[in-house]
Amino acid sequence: MFYRAHVLVEMTSGSVALGAAQVKEQFEREIARVGLENEVKVLETGSFGAALPSPFVVVYPDNVIYAPVNVRDVRRIVEEHLLKGRVVRELLFAGEWGGGVATFIPPSPLKKEKRIVLRNSGLIDPLNIEDYIARDGYLALAKVLTEMTPEEVIEVVKRSGLQGRGGAGFPTGLKWEFTRKADGEEKYIVCNADEGEPGTFKDRLILEGDPHSVLEAMAIAGYAVGARMGYIYVRAEYPQSIRHLEVAIAQAKERGLLGERILGTSFSFDVKIRRGAGAYVCGEETALLESIEGKRGEPRVKPPYPPQKGLWGKPTVINNVETLANIPPIILNGPDWFRSIGTPTCPGTKVFTLTGNVNNLGLVEVPMGITLRELVFDIGGGVRGGYGLKLVQTGGPSGGTMTPDLLDVPMAFDTLPRYNSALGSGALTVIDDTHCIVDIVRNFAEFFLHESCGKCTPCRVGGKRIVDILERISAGAGSPEDLEKLRYLGQHMKVTAFCGLGQAAPNPLLRCLEFFKEEFEVHVREKHCPQGVCTMRPKPQPKKTVRV
Amino acid sequence: MNTPFVYQDVEEILSRYEKEETPLLCVLEDIQEKWGYLPRDVLGYVARRLGIPSSTVYGVATFYAFLEVRPVGKYVIRVCKSTPCHVRGATNVLEALKRELGIREGETTKDGRFTLEVTSCLGVCGVAPAMMVNDVTYGNLTEERIREILALYRE
Repeated sequence: MFYRAHVLVEMTSGSVALGAAQVKEQFEREIARVGLENEVKVLETGSFGAALPSPFVVVYPDNVIYAPVNVRDVRRIVEEHLLKGRVVRELLFAGEWGGGVATFIPPSPLKKEKRIVLRNSGLIDPLNIEDYIARDGYLALAKVLTEMTPEEVIEVVKRSGLQGRGGAGFPTGLKWEFTRKADGEEKYIVCNADEGEPGTFKDRLILEGDPHSVLEAMAIAGYAVGARMGYIYVRAEYPQSIRHLEVAIAQAKERGLLGERILGTSFSFDVKIRRGAGAYVCGEETALLESIEGKRGEPRVKPPYPPQKGLWGKPTVINNVETLANIPPIILNGPDWFRSIGTPTCPGTKVFTLTGNVNNLGLVEVPMGITLRELVFDIGGGVRGGYGLKLVQTGGPSGGTMTPDLLDVPMAFDTLPRYNSALGSGALTVIDDTHCIVDIVRNFAEFFLHESCGKCTPCRVGGKRIVDILERISAGAGSPEDLEKLRYLGQHMKVTAFCGLGQAAPNPLLRCLEFFKEEFEVHVREKHCPQGVCTMRPKPQPKKTVRV
Repeated sequence: MNTPFVYQDVEEILSRYEKEETPLLCVLEDIQEKWGYLPRDVLGYVARRLGIPSSTVYGVATFYAFLEVRPVGKYVIRVCKSTPCHVRGATNVLEALKRELGIREGETTKDGRFTLEVTSCLGVCGVAPAMMVNDVTYGNLTEERIREILALYRE
């Protein structure tokens, strides 16, 4: 059936949390009420990022954007725009596009934006495979299966310089090559969608907005390394991602794009979903494997690394969602195209998620090497309420702490470590200067205490002691020696903890102790919180504590 | 709980994962979905059926934040306390919920309707502060919005 118009409603966990599902239902009701149900179709779409307030609605083919839309606005849009063809000017999105009627594509709402991973998000219906196919979906898989050897595929990925987007930045092509060369008949592809780093939700929006791009990439990876089976490990907090993946897998199988003898070739590949159950540590790749194996998600000793011994002891590729979503465009456009974006040592784009005290919240995909200033002030619209910038936490609590003096550092995997920071998952949590550093650091520390799996002592006990001391300081009972103890604990945890979680946990603490030294000292010497956040009222001491 | 009827249901769940090498976590998740928590004798039954020590099964059941070994309310409210929510007022959200429900975190209301829990990042930082009620997410929370949301579940 042909429709004269389509109404796209943003349906992501974030927009649904603001009532997008009701907006969609209201559109369907109102359209039926005015008798347009055979002329206008309502569709779901993914996020368009920080540029558009949620939930947004696009009317095609007019390319008109309304944002944000609430249930009460729906009747007017249907009666005026869809029935009478008059744009409802008051409800139009009035962002970067200025006063006129907002058009969707082109131009991109943000001049600095470059969408590779999010090429389809917000433009297609993620629940309809034909939308994906219409935008060159599964073309890369077809090309790989009919024109390339597995070695050639690995060579293309290696030459592209793609690095793992989960946070560590390990070269993806090398990972694939190690797994291909490892002994063993059975091999696995695992997609890490256990995105637990606070402030990160890029993988959710990729899975919600364009699930097929990840499935296609997993099949390509399977062909390249010689695997027939893939698992996507999705965190329990993302029921909508799981739902979209289930639909996408079923549709792909129906059309012979997953399953036995894909596209009539001899290659078979199947994908299964594994749901997490609320454990941050399972984002660590070996803990994730343990969890798929139905055990407690405690990390394994490395080496051996997963490409040698992974899932059920078999060679395994573990790639992040965003990493995989880069693969089809790299295959179609070639490694040189990918290398032309970003920096010479860190090619491609990165999806950043802007969170915290910033005006425009949401995700944005930009070339690697962009500065923090451009991200926070140009794209993010600056600090909310006109306050000053205290710090930006990059890559969540386990990433790096960027203080205002580092605003002009280019953001890439290889540049930030020079400043004791890290790009990590791309989360950017902006914190304004009304916040107290002791309170913020305590919030990070409580997170790690809660999420420590308990396997090793430095993380389990060290994390607890750090929280105790910070609580004492914010209750006005701290002493200058406490700051020394924090430093000592932090440094020891960093070098002795078993896995990345415990090793990264003290990073923000150590950096803030150094940069915000004075603020900490005021707390312990004058028993005063300059921001008035800490209670500074001592609580009765617990009966027994472990001595450090 | 201890009726053959219940074990038929458990058997049905076990049969879903017959072909899986290591089905434990999937089985526990499905049991929880059915009963809202993991009753102790069901855990023992699963251990025997899968040939896994019951200590291991209990270890897995208590490791994951979304698995409950004690009965919980009909609606589990999980309030995010991670930094992006924290700097946008998550503490006020938690206080408002405690006040409205008359319970502290980790507790269940007397009528068995609500359990209040604090959780790590829910991944909806774009609408912080946020919370989940069972598997529905709510964002941009204010005291007023919390009252409206609770009213939906009180009916």
